[in-house]
Amino acid sequence: MPTQDHPAAANAFVADDAHAHWHDQALWFIRAKRDKCAHGLAEWEELRELAAQIKQHTVAHLGDYLEQFERNATRLGAVVHWARDAAEHNAIILRLLQERRVRRMVKSKSMLTEECGLNPFLEQHGIEVTDTDLGEWIVQLRHEHPSHIVLPAIHIKKEDVGELFHRELGTAKGATDPAYLTEAARHRLREKFLAAEAGLTGVNFGIAETGGFVVCTNEGNSDLGTSLPPIHIASMGIEKLVPRLDDMAVFLRLLARSATGQPITAYSTHYHGPRPGCELHIVLVDNGRTTLLASEEFRNSLRCIRCGACLNTCPVYRRSGGHSYGVSVAGPIGSIVNPSRDPATHRSLPFACTLCGSCADVCPVKIDLPNQLLTWRQRIAELGLLKPSKRRLMHFAGAVLSRPLLYNVAGGVGRAALRWAPRWLVYNRFNPWGRQREMPLPPKETFRQWHSRQSRDDKPSSS
Amino acid sequence: MSSRDHILREVRRSLPADAPLPSLDRQWTRYDDPHAQFFDVLRGVGGAGRIVTGEPQLREEIDRVIAAIGAKQICSVISEAAAGNVDIAAIDDPHALASVDLAILPGELAVAENAAVWVNAARVRQRVAYFLSQHVILVVPYDRIVSNMHEAYAGLQLSADGYSPFGETTWGTFMSGPSKTADIEQALVIGAHGARSLHVFFTKP
Repeated sequence: MPTQDHPAAANAFVADDAHAHWHDQALWFIRAKRDKCAHGLAEWEELRELAAQIKQHTVAHLGDYLEQFERNATRLGAVVHWARDAAEHNAIILRLLQERRVRRMVKSKSMLTEECGLNPFLEQHGIEVTDTDLGEWIVQLRHEHPSHIVLPAIHIKKEDVGELFHRELGTAKGATDPAYLTEAARHRLREKFLAAEAGLTGVNFGIAETGGFVVCTNEGNSDLGTSLPPIHIASMGIEKLVPRLDDMAVFLRLLARSATGQPITAYSTHYHGPRPGCELHIVLVDNGRTTLLASEEFRNSLRCIRCGACLNTCPVYRRSGGHSYGVSVAGPIGSIVNPSRDPATHRSLPFACTLCGSCADVCPVKIDLPNQLLTWRQRIAELGLLKPSKRRLMHFAGAVLSRPLLYNVAGGVGRAALRWAPRWLVYNRFNPWGRQREMPLPPKETFRQWHSRQSRDDKPSSS
Repeated sequence: MSSRDHILREVRRSLPADAPLPSLDRQWTRYDDPHAQFFDVLRGVGGAGRIVTGEPQLREEIDRVIAAIGAKQICSVISEAAAGNVDIAAIDDPHALASVDLAILPGELAVAENAAVWVNAARVRQRVAYFLSQHVILVVPYDRIVSNMHEAYAGLQLSADGYSPFGETTWGTFMSGPSKTADIEQALVIGAHGARSLHVFFTKP
């Protein structure tokens, strides 16, 4: 995989200024809805703390809980499969489908299958896969990937959806009304649901003590996809477990409030074994999660429940869009978990961050995201993966900042340059900061000068 | 080595220090009037409903919904509420319910904090009726309501008649309002794939 450079990829997104502004505001609106929901619940902070503790405990006993989950799920009639990586996950699903001669499968939202690249793999083998979450279906029809883990099509304008549906579904040319477009999708996707021979879902939570799992949607697409065809396949990351059924109360109270500012999703479905006469397969996937678990610094990110709150609040995500990250899980959490899979490819992601700390404030499971992002920057420097320009700049800054005299001289030169130098000398390709911004006017006096003047002036009156 | 054993070995090789599993036995928010809270939230998520007293009033309310949506194919599991003309008990293939306009179905337990109603397969042979029907009415006994999700899970595991929805091979959903999406420019649209409308009636004898 080629190196994905976040700033370079973000250029395309910020080029459409009006849309970038809309994107920023739309996500901030969801953040505000989340705040309203959170503040409406007296025990909100208590719930966050409990969720963090439950996940911490689960990770510390993950081996036992995985075995308990497998045992109970099997007892309920499900078949549990284990996949070490994306290729094994995809191969298991292909085999299940081929053995049953399935040609058409409906799929509800699963970031794990995005991570594994399941759709193109199955399509290569002649199986039609339809993503049934409206946003995911839109990006599928556009041959794109979701740009947000909860709002897959947040980067797309309604005019573009209208154009797409006109071409694909024969909706009226120029129609952009979301209700009209959604209705058209409803009709086409009902046909897909009714014709499907298998349904695949992700998993929001697996429950070790019961062997069941929970899938949350607002559209009801996963419910249709698992109540009509005779085969249900559930793809589940090994970190998705909670120990007890009662723990679901904590997580369902947190999830939708954190994600979209709703009290709960419209459908929170608990699957405990297959429908009578039908099949249920659960594929437990590692794909780099045990690597994350082995890292003392980054394993807390395994607590993540994929609510997307850190994306919605992140000033860099909101202004650069999900595709700039070049990964299935973007935003602050993605900038931690993706480098641990492949630091060289994703080396720019931990720098797509202002270290403002907003993500940690909203995370429902209290992941210390800014600390982990800062730590990743250090790791990337240690691994020799910094871009040459950044590495030279850091060397230069280190040299100047460690020598007081040089620092003073450099400061004086900088102040003079900003005041007197011609524009082309300050605003050029070596100063990316100045591309969209004016540099500040330097103060007449440095802090040092001000301080020594103050102590001089203060002396007579204080004695 | 199998993938299962490999993954479990890798997991166990790097487990962090033990952390205790916290107790969830706390003072959670409760509501003096849980039905009022329920309807307040239900309206916010696009649903509707009310408390009805006696079967005649329930029938009257349901007739009103039938008239409003012009429902022709009606599947009713609550015989005292409406007769219906699609007999779900006689249907083996869930696809046969594709043309149902309105399903009148039981709700087992309501949750005031988020307007969720727990539904399961205990009395509904084809669970798809909850999702495939164009419109859904849930009928819940008046006293089957709790304040919050903690009480809901406790209630589901220890229901009065000894029935445990998690003790056997089964399925259940918390439904809160109708199906919805905001995937096109964040504009809320009710009726994405599932029910276009959801009414909840609490029945008092």
